[in-house]
Amino acid sequence: MSKILEVENLATYFHTFKGVVKSVDRISFSMEEGEVLGVVGESGGGKSVTGFSIIRLIDPPGEITADYVLFDGENLMEKSEKEMNQIRGDKITMIFQDPMTSLNPVYTIERQIAEVLKLHQPGITKAQCRARGIELLKEVGIPNAEERIKCYPHQFSGGMRQRVVIAIALAGSPKLIIADEPTTALDVTIQAQVLQLMKRLVSEKGCALMLITHDLAVVSEITDRVNVMYCGHIVESAPTRELIEKPLHPYTRGLLASIPGSGAVREDERLEVIPGMVPNMFDLPKGCKFAPRCAACMEVCREREPETITVSPGRQVACHLCGKGEEDA
Amino acid sequence: MANSLKKQWDSLKGSQFYAHYRRSPVALLSSALLLIILFLAVFGPLFTPQNPFDLSSLDLSNAYLPPYPREGSDPAFFMGTDQQGRDIFSAIVYGSRTSLYIGVVGVLLCSALGIFLGVLAGYYGGWLDSLIMRLADIQLSFPSILIAMFLMSALGRGVGNVLIALMLVGWVKFARTVRGETLSVRKMEYVDAARVIGLPSHRIILRYILPNVMTSIIVLATMQVGTFILIEATLSFLGLGVPVTEPSLGMLCSDGFKVMFGGLWWVSVFPGLYIVVIVFAINLLGDFLRDELNPKLK
Repeated sequence: MSKILEVENLATYFHTFKGVVKSVDRISFSMEEGEVLGVVGESGGGKSVTGFSIIRLIDPPGEITADYVLFDGENLMEKSEKEMNQIRGDKITMIFQDPMTSLNPVYTIERQIAEVLKLHQPGITKAQCRARGIELLKEVGIPNAEERIKCYPHQFSGGMRQRVVIAIALAGSPKLIIADEPTTALDVTIQAQVLQLMKRLVSEKGCALMLITHDLAVVSEITDRVNVMYCGHIVESAPTRELIEKPLHPYTRGLLASIPGSGAVREDERLEVIPGMVPNMFDLPKGCKFAPRCAACMEVCREREPETITVSPGRQVACHLCGKGEEDA
Repeated sequence: MANSLKKQWDSLKGSQFYAHYRRSPVALLSSALLLIILFLAVFGPLFTPQNPFDLSSLDLSNAYLPPYPREGSDPAFFMGTDQQGRDIFSAIVYGSRTSLYIGVVGVLLCSALGIFLGVLAGYYGGWLDSLIMRLADIQLSFPSILIAMFLMSALGRGVGNVLIALMLVGWVKFARTVRGETLSVRKMEYVDAARVIGLPSHRIILRYILPNVMTSIIVLATMQVGTFILIEATLSFLGLGVPVTEPSLGMLCSDGFKVMFGGLWWVSVFPGLYIVVIVFAINLLGDFLRDELNPKLK
């Protein structure tokens, strides 16, 4: 399999009056074709900004820099805005958190699907648009698609709306879908359905999926690999199974330990929590960003930022603990 | 086409808006008044005893007839006549045409300007936003009637010039409202979603922002028609508005004002009352629309 996305030293800084916020700080990662990558972390960890940075939708005062962002062999950082518009929605699409607000309330579903189709396939007729729209709605499991395509967003339930959003995301010929907390606003039963649907569609169409979430349960269910982000850094990147069975970074361990019933916690014990708060983004610690909250914090952690090291193929971690071969801490 | 129109009409009839409209006495009263006013302005000349601006149809011997049924009145001129023997009712009908035309066209013009600038400021932000909004702030620190008077004395009388003055006076309200709404709509995820599918900005503005700020524009525009009719009346009353050849209601008031304290009150009072009725009806409708269309007030 070849790489669909390669990101090298991507950094997104927001220049504000109070100082520079390094939302995403020189991260590098890559995705295989057809891979499902989970991006997890707490709020403010830079997960969503990573997604928006890849498709270059960061408004001023935000500024994106990167050595390169190779998508399908092309460097997205060198594209003009016009060329980016042709890629957005066609080759790379995005799904948002809140299905209640991610559809335009004043147009029917049909018009909103047609919008994408017309944009990326000039010359498509109205009848073709409708046929393709119905086909898409059927694919995402909306019953009675012929009638439902004429409905307005408010006539759908939350889960159905998220299906419509997914249908719109699939309307182009996406090679990469960035899903920003796609199931957070849905209840658990619907969440499971939507996740299964996404997983199925992604494998059918062979496109890669970047799933941004704070929910490790979601991640363990459908992803192949996970990037754990903390304060704009990728602190650990590993195949999902390995990450859950043998987390290396103390932050990952903390995240896993804080899931009820995950096996790491016994039923009668209190849940473990990660002490402290995410640090103020204007005033980050000098060394490892996680040091103030880390139980295994050492002298060096406060002084020097840990480098990202490759522990085994496909497995990176940025922690001083692991640098000295103490993998099984 | 006819079929889809019928469908839209049916969906309107089934809507909550229509149900509320039918049950609201205020809305029904104001629409009835407006219908009568429009009917009079459009078809009124068919009923008036004379064309008040065709001098040959006037008879100076009819000057200053009092309104019916006072002594010495003529039932044909039931609102009385002015110093040239001109029927007040006919003058009001013709004058309301000018007033309504200025009110409606003025609002169309100034809403176009205001919406354009407001959307630009709200959508693009940055220095453009600062520039437009500071301009608006500066303008708002002067009373609008003062600006209108200043512009009219620079431009000179005329219907076209009144429209230009109203446009330059009124755009601020639209721009501020539209900018505010644009800022809140722009934060919606469907706008992000539109950017993500690669839509160019102008399409996003036309199809995602504008339709979603339309309700506040409708409410504001309705209210503004009343305001503009008043401003125009004030300008004409002061002799700065429309030319004598196309008198509006305000000018009729002004004509009669000179003789009002001589006991000839009807020349001025009837046109004035008619302005009150028009503005009242428009504002009532505007209030209803605001309550209905603004989800925040529900």
